[in-house]
Amino acid sequence: MSIISTEELTKKFGEVTAVDHVSFAVERGEIFAFLGPNGAGKSTTIKLLTTLLTPTSGRMEVAGHDPWRESAAVRRTFGIIFQDPSLDTELTAYENMELHGVLYHVPRASRRSRIEELLTFLELWDRRTSLVKEFSGGMKRRLEIARGLLHHPSILFLDEPTLGLDPQTRNHMWSYLKDLNAREHTTVFFTTHYMDEAERIAQRIAVIDHGRIVAQGSPGELKRQTNTQSLEEAFLALTGKTIREEGATSLDQLRMQGRLWRGR
Amino acid sequence: MEVVYILWLRQLKRYVRSRSRIVGSLAQPLLFLVALGFGFGPIYARAGGGNYIQFLAPGVIAMGILFTAMFSGIEVLWDRQFGFLKETLVAPVPRLQVMLGRTLGGATVATLQGTIVFLLTLGVGFRPTHVVQLPLAVVMMFLTAVLFTALGTAVAAVLEDMQGFQLIMNLLVMPLFFLSGALFPLAGLPRAIGLVARIDPLSYGVDGIRGALIGAPHFSLVVDVSVLGVFVAALLAVGSYLFSRMQV
Ligand SMILES: Nc1ncnc2c1ncn2[C@@H]1O[C@H](COP(=O)(O)OP(=O)(O)OP(=O)(O)O)[C@@H](O)[C@H]1O
Ligand SMILES: [Mg+2]
Repeated sequence: MSIISTEELTKKFGEVTAVDHVSFAVERGEIFAFLGPNGAGKSTTIKLLTTLLTPTSGRMEVAGHDPWRESAAVRRTFGIIFQDPSLDTELTAYENMELHGVLYHVPRASRRSRIEELLTFLELWDRRTSLVKEFSGGMKRRLEIARGLLHHPSILFLDEPTLGLDPQTRNHMWSYLKDLNAREHTTVFFTTHYMDEAERIAQRIAVIDHGRIVAQGSPGELKRQTNTQSLEEAFLALTGKTIREEGATSLDQLRMQGRLWRGR
Repeated sequence: MEVVYILWLRQLKRYVRSRSRIVGSLAQPLLFLVALGFGFGPIYARAGGGNYIQFLAPGVIAMGILFTAMFSGIEVLWDRQFGFLKETLVAPVPRLQVMLGRTLGGATVATLQGTIVFLLTLGVGFRPTHVVQLPLAVVMMFLTAVLFTALGTAVAAVLEDMQGFQLIMNLLVMPLFFLSGALFPLAGLPRAIGLVARIDPLSYGVDGIRGALIGAPHFSLVVDVSVLGVFVAALLAVGSYLFSRMQV
């Protein structure tokens, strides 16, 4: 039974069609990746699925409910790590975690120990009483991840979760998530433009470009479909472009800088 | 309930931590007290109105509340800009609770700010005549604060971004203030102005605070509380509806 599904899902912003008749299904307990270049419509799809946007047309279902019409029911089923910053920079790291714990009904008895566990895991426990505005970009990102993992929802949406993280923290985070997936059958829906990440982590991948899904399947299937040796080549064959690590990395840096400028 | 509490607490923490904002936002009330209070004082006395500072001080307290409360409500736009809003919008809690926590927090902050302005007015010579009614004045201040925080939130839920902020200040907040009877008595006004003042909810906030502190309200305290109560209920309803439909 699929836990997330869309049928001809479409979202237009004026003239721009950000998500264009997208249909896919994610099975319960699956790790599913949305792979696509900048502006492909990945974040918009996640916003639609997580009750933040109303669709222009098409159907979608998350855990058996329509995210727009039955938003309250859907909100009880998922956790999310956003691509853009979403911390309160005037609060401390601990206060951000605590606020999240209350919003997501983490029982008071286990709240403190969960917060300590996750902040320690992301190497932020020593800085728990610092205001977030004093954090570096990478530290803020780590805090967002710690916060997103504080409660245990049945679905986790991760929008470019590793953006701006050092490789070590990236690996750390993915092993934690794989473990969580194995132990609690958490469905993980993540977006990325890192090929290696999609290939290594995801059981199935949907390649999205210009708002359309151009292919979906396991990494092996995608390579077979396109008759290529690597996911990189498969991607090139499917979209006519490359997302190379270097490109992505310098873009990341730009984005992180933008974030620093914008942040308070 | 814990959700409402933690969001209330958040507003308070942000307020206490922004000392420069607190101090900065006291400059304006102080300027009004000194420039208008001492500037118009002699004319007001000659016209038989008595001590103008006595009349003006409650108006300036209301001004402090109006500005802080509207700003607290409109802060939703900041939270949208800096991203924190998303965090509360996807949470598995009714948005009514989110809106309530924010609004009560903003209103508490505005009431605190009003209290600080009250202390300032004592410094320039204001003497409340009904000291036993101080708690009543605080109630009036809080009602006024809830009203305008809810209004600010409703406005912010409609505005797309911060571009509209200046517009709201000029077309909504300033008229609300200047036409409210904060600066001049409502008795004997030209018909049109009198009518506008009657529709302006701040008039009842000012009148309530003034009535509690120095007596002789223009309406009556019962009318003030009732009108404020009706506005508060309506704006909370409208505000939480608009807030619940917010997209990111
Ligand atoms: N609020 C909005 N208003 C107008 N256009 C938007 C809005 N949000 C997204 N878009 C447009 O929709 C398209 C898809 O954007 P989206 O953020 O979903 O891309 P993405 O795949 O997440 O890209 P990235 O890798 O850069 O995060 C883009 O062309 C973008 O400009
Ligand atoms: Mg994106």
